[in-house]
Amino acid sequence: MKMKVNLAGVELKNPVMEASGTFGSGAEYGEFVDLNRLGAVVTKGVANVPWPGNPTPRIAETSSGMLNAIGLQNPGIDVFAARDIPFLKKYDTKIIVNVCGKTTEDYLEVVERLGDEPVDMLEINISCPNVKEGGIAFGQDPKAVEAITKACKAHAKQPVIMKLSPNVTDIVVMAKAAEAGGADVISLINTLTGMKIDVNRRCFALANKTGGLSGPAIHPVAVRMVYQVANAVKVPVIGMGGIKNWEDAMEFILAGASAVAVGTANFHNPYATTEIIDGIAGYMERNGVEDIRELIGAVK
Amino acid sequence: MAKEKMTTEVLCQEKLAEGIYSLWLNAGKMAAEAVPGQFISIYSSDASRLLPRPISLCEIDSEGGRLRVVYRVAGAGTEEFSQLKQGDFVDILGPLGNGFPLKEAEGKRVLLIGGGIGIPPMLETAKALRGKAELTSVLGYRDSQLFLQTAFAACGAAEVATEDGSAGTKGNVLDAVREKGLTGDLIFACGPKPMLRALKAYAAETDIKCYLSLEERMACGIGACLACVCQSKDVDEHSHVHNKRICKEGPVFCAEEVELL
Repeated sequence: MKMKVNLAGVELKNPVMEASGTFGSGAEYGEFVDLNRLGAVVTKGVANVPWPGNPTPRIAETSSGMLNAIGLQNPGIDVFAARDIPFLKKYDTKIIVNVCGKTTEDYLEVVERLGDEPVDMLEINISCPNVKEGGIAFGQDPKAVEAITKACKAHAKQPVIMKLSPNVTDIVVMAKAAEAGGADVISLINTLTGMKIDVNRRCFALANKTGGLSGPAIHPVAVRMVYQVANAVKVPVIGMGGIKNWEDAMEFILAGASAVAVGTANFHNPYATTEIIDGIAGYMERNGVEDIRELIGAVK
Repeated sequence: MAKEKMTTEVLCQEKLAEGIYSLWLNAGKMAAEAVPGQFISIYSSDASRLLPRPISLCEIDSEGGRLRVVYRVAGAGTEEFSQLKQGDFVDILGPLGNGFPLKEAEGKRVLLIGGGIGIPPMLETAKALRGKAELTSVLGYRDSQLFLQTAFAACGAAEVATEDGSAGTKGNVLDAVREKGLTGDLIFACGPKPMLRALKAYAAETDIKCYLSLEERMACGIGACLACVCQSKDVDEHSHVHNKRICKEGPVFCAEEVELL
């Protein structure tokens, strides 16, 4: 039984990775799951300099979901390259570094800096809804998407994944813009912008007022968007959004995703990633599927 | 110390005061590894409530493999926990965070200060220091519905403050400290943020070393999601900003280390 998938020339041992921001750089969840088993580890977003993130409270639970407004707290590329990359290199998994920035120059500085590092792919975060500058500002206008993609591609030594926001009128337009800009892979969806109000205290549940909604509540929206995008672009797609078990992951693959990322489920179940890998293997075995690639986009 | 997620059996549940519940769990190895001041995260059995609730350990029976949490019903999750009965099963993650520095307290005069639902985490600390330090517990409640007070009294002197003056000193824990002329070499405390802020200032004023147990909304509980940060005086080792993770570097911090804004 073959579970290997190929993303722009990078071969993953299986299609399961975790979603940026839910897993740090793997050290914490490495106490629960064997990182060697993951198709890839996708790091928390890293910028050119340390970012302090937003004030607390940064999260709030919602029905079958959660809002977060962490604000991309990260140590900056220097600490990340000196500490987190060597940590991940100890494992037999692919390393995908999520890159964030406030300006195009910020993004490019990180992209260039990573060029000489032993990382396998870059995921450009143009979809974080929780920072005032950068992030989503690059992801809501097709011209901006194409321009930032083109700029990153021109400076990147590794294949570039563009991570799209669902907070747009038509995500297919953004996906096509990323493809036109030369994206090697497209990942979607980032969180949906939401808000929660504490009625007893008559205040916002998050200090940032708005936050990104994730968790099972958004899964059907994500499956629809992945299906639309996978049918509109030629590059491989990584599907994510509310995966809690292997069935949810398989929906993305059948919808056309070549790989999937597990995010919020890690908070509910620290063993979620490896349980999902086992679940997909079991599904393949029961259904006599020899190669996972037969299932990509196989929805009838 | 290995963290794990495990299914535990409820040994007993008891209501201690209005909205305050005590739960004993059969936690096996986790109880053997836990130390005073650490916490566990308790999962809802309702899958629509994704995030486990972080709750400090009130008592640790390491030999019997039992853990006790005493918690306040604050929402749907804790409301659900309050309905758990003997023989029910509940998933927990732990042991999480770092405890109070007990070694530092040995042979010293220690003020153990708890306010409201910050009282329970101080109990195992009191038990661990019983006979090893000169303990005075100061417990702050809303009203005369006291809980755990007799257990603290069994470990040493125990003073009470109530907001409405219905028992002990009228006012907060610091009012009790001042009224009774309490002093010590070290303060260990847990409680609401305004209380901790006042204690931090009091400790600085009186030059008493002080450790505070903080709380914040958490998602992962293990240091990955960066939700539960507090502002720190020094640059933190994780993100190289001024944000320490309460779940990972805490929940117990030296008062001078954290800015309680």
